[in-house]
Amino acid sequence: MQITMNYNKTAKIGIVLFFIGLLATPAALDKLDQWQQEGSNKEGQEQALDRYGFYMKDVASEVGIDFKHNAPQLDPRLNHIMPQVASVGASVSVSDFNNDGFHDLYLTNSAKNTENALYKNNGDSSFTNVAKELGVANLNDQPKKNGTSMGSIWGDYDNDGYEDLFVFKWGKPELFHNDKGEGFTRVTDQANLPSWINANTAVWFDYNRDGRLDLFIGGYYDEEINLWDLENTEIMPESFEYAQNGGRKYLFQNLGNGKFKEVSKELGLVSNRWSFSAAAIDLNDSGYPDLVVANDYGVDELYINREGKKFENMGNQAGMGFSPKSGMNVSFGDIMNQGKYAIYVTNISEPGVLIQGNNLWMPVTSSSEKELKFQNMAGNLGVELGGWSYGAQFGDLNNDGYLDLYVANGYISADKESDYWYDFSKVAGGHENIISDASNWPAMDGRSLSGYQENRIWINDGAGKFQEVANAVGGSLKLDSRAVAFADLTNNGTLDVVVATQDGPVKIYETRVKKEHSWIEFKLNGTVSNRSAIGAEVELYWDGRSQVQTVAGASGFSAQNQRPLHFGLGANPDVKKVEIRWPSGISQTIESPEINRKHTITEPEN
Amino acid sequence: MQLIAKVKKQISEFQYNRGYTPPLLITGILLAAHLSFGILEDYTKLGIAIGASMATELVLHRLLLGEWRNLNSAYISGISVGILIRSPFLWPYALCAMLSIASKYVLRFKGTHIWNPSNFGIVAILLLAYDNVAILSIQWGNNMWPMLVIWIIGFVSIWRLKRFHICGTYVVSFLAFAFIRSFISGDPFLAEIAPISGPMYQLFVLFMITDPVTTVKSKKGQYLVAFLIASVEMIFRLNEAVYAPFYALFIVGPVAMIIEKWWKEKQQAEAGSNVAVQQENA
Repeated sequence: MQITMNYNKTAKIGIVLFFIGLLATPAALDKLDQWQQEGSNKEGQEQALDRYGFYMKDVASEVGIDFKHNAPQLDPRLNHIMPQVASVGASVSVSDFNNDGFHDLYLTNSAKNTENALYKNNGDSSFTNVAKELGVANLNDQPKKNGTSMGSIWGDYDNDGYEDLFVFKWGKPELFHNDKGEGFTRVTDQANLPSWINANTAVWFDYNRDGRLDLFIGGYYDEEINLWDLENTEIMPESFEYAQNGGRKYLFQNLGNGKFKEVSKELGLVSNRWSFSAAAIDLNDSGYPDLVVANDYGVDELYINREGKKFENMGNQAGMGFSPKSGMNVSFGDIMNQGKYAIYVTNISEPGVLIQGNNLWMPVTSSSEKELKFQNMAGNLGVELGGWSYGAQFGDLNNDGYLDLYVANGYISADKESDYWYDFSKVAGGHENIISDASNWPAMDGRSLSGYQENRIWINDGAGKFQEVANAVGGSLKLDSRAVAFADLTNNGTLDVVVATQDGPVKIYETRVKKEHSWIEFKLNGTVSNRSAIGAEVELYWDGRSQVQTVAGASGFSAQNQRPLHFGLGANPDVKKVEIRWPSGISQTIESPEINRKHTITEPEN
Repeated sequence: MQLIAKVKKQISEFQYNRGYTPPLLITGILLAAHLSFGILEDYTKLGIAIGASMATELVLHRLLLGEWRNLNSAYISGISVGILIRSPFLWPYALCAMLSIASKYVLRFKGTHIWNPSNFGIVAILLLAYDNVAILSIQWGNNMWPMLVIWIIGFVSIWRLKRFHICGTYVVSFLAFAFIRSFISGDPFLAEIAPISGPMYQLFVLFMITDPVTTVKSKKGQYLVAFLIASVEMIFRLNEAVYAPFYALFIVGPVAMIIEKWWKEKQQAEAGSNVAVQQENA
């Protein structure tokens, strides 16, 4: 009897202690996390260089870039929620528009009568805005009639050796022909582009490999909606995660002579999801570029290109078509140096309210078409929790031979003391008749919504883990960041970072990298393939490893990186060879290319 | 042949136990939601929540009472946690499920536990691990039909369990308070009633506030408690608490249980003393 009583007492004490232990677990894990992060606090340049291999410094004003984005002002009936409806439009695209060997920047603005900017790189660490004199500045003066700018991409659609400019808008898209780097001619009308698309993404790619760049455009709001002149307020998504009342998709086949033909329906690109980002790459080694689309209020879409004759949505079969989130970015990177691309899609994470987590779709089987499968490994690799994330780019920021990741965060930074999350979550969970009507949304009244969030800079250790170092390397930024682009602005072998912020200034981060780390770049010129070489794949072999990269016609959120492909090599590299697979199907191998220089390579014609 | 006869006999003797209804119902809701809308990102997290819940129940019950327990209740708690918790990490699923079950064995008043296990676990994890978790708050498709089907099947099942009046009282009270909130805040009435059309409320109304063990026993008391939960929820909502219903049940549920037990004991004591007086007078 005594033994039983003692046993019961002991068991009870044990269970109470177990319960207390459970309650204390989150605090203990938090402490452990803090202890592990202690090393990532702000450090001096030399310590950061020594520990992480690079350091960043904001040089926007030093190099003469004082651009500030201004958000659009839409129909007054949206005034009560204007900050969340007009929350995009800040973008950046990189191009050497005058072929002088230095990367230039095109930045979009969105408020009425504001101008877009084309910053010409003078080659002496200074920039000059030449948008007005070259005719690509005034695109926002009549929003009700022509809409306003959302982003831009560069591509040589007529293969004349100069990159042409396409500006996508909430409104009339615009195509500008580059007149040998000395000016631009508006060619929108002869190109047969539609009169209105509420677009937030576009991609240049040669989907049928005929040597001419074609154009994909993804709609966000329905193209029937003029956001400056609403017929009614039923313009919002019908669901927070299952909406299919967004804009349609367009695929313009390049017919040559400056003419395009819209072929999306006959090729199977039919979707009315709310597309925020798209990018193209050959994921199944078919030789044809496939298309990945990140949709707000829905699932990610994977369109497999069937020899340029059809696109098939294989998202479900590939494991990407479930788990609807708020997709805002598509970028590709061979992050494990295994010759395969991971796909990074950003979403929303707000502690305690909504934790979607960003997606890092890693290929999990052989790359043969039938078995194309992806698994979300963002949590395993440590790149899941960004914030309210927008643009992201992979690039080797410290030239150590592994691709790092920059992620832009922050939605609406307004009143610091109050936020809109309660009202947002109230309506976001509601029935489609409620959520889809803007008049049902409570007024924001100057409140923040996931504002003042810090951008993330994750460096890749090459062994399957990323470490967050933004603060430590001088890259801390808490503005409402949207687009991110990487470019070597000074031709010194390092990737600098350009960040376009919503309703805020553009930031230019000059990167300083550990001296011992080497690099190599490849600028490709197509001859049989499209002149921009978009879609060309370069695989570099060195020190017993390899990395593959593809020339892209768009990457990230409303962004485009520099055209040349940049590879970091680490210290004392022994580069064996580089293999180039051109979109035409032609392959080329260069043995032992010289390191620490940019190689310009022209496609052989056989 | 013997085996077939044995199976036939078992089938003919099978009697449906009402206790199967809640686990079958929640499994049905989960399957319908996942097959239609893919609400589960992966099965691992759900499996961890159910596994941790059942394992904790088995071990704690065996340790304290020396016997194995029926796992219906642990299964419902685990599946509720698996559906409602949202986290990129695995540990919150296990921790929340374990906290839910352990609370039944630790936080007791006069012989019974007073918190709905899942409600306790979810509020605890929200308060303790705020940075790492959120609760399912979005619609399953935002389409009228799945929502109606789930509500109708749920209400019919709850009717058969004779607990529909609890759900009904809560829903009517919520709608009335939504009107008052709309009047106070100036926000559209439709915005105020929007949350109840979501899956979070379906689980809350059909499973949490109707839990037989942690609701008061008298029918009048059940009406009152459902109304009070909606009342306290309104206060939380006016203070912009996203997870207002969970906090309201967390507070009202145990207080109601304690008061009812105290009231019953008082009545029994008075009845006892009356009997004693009558016996003395006799």
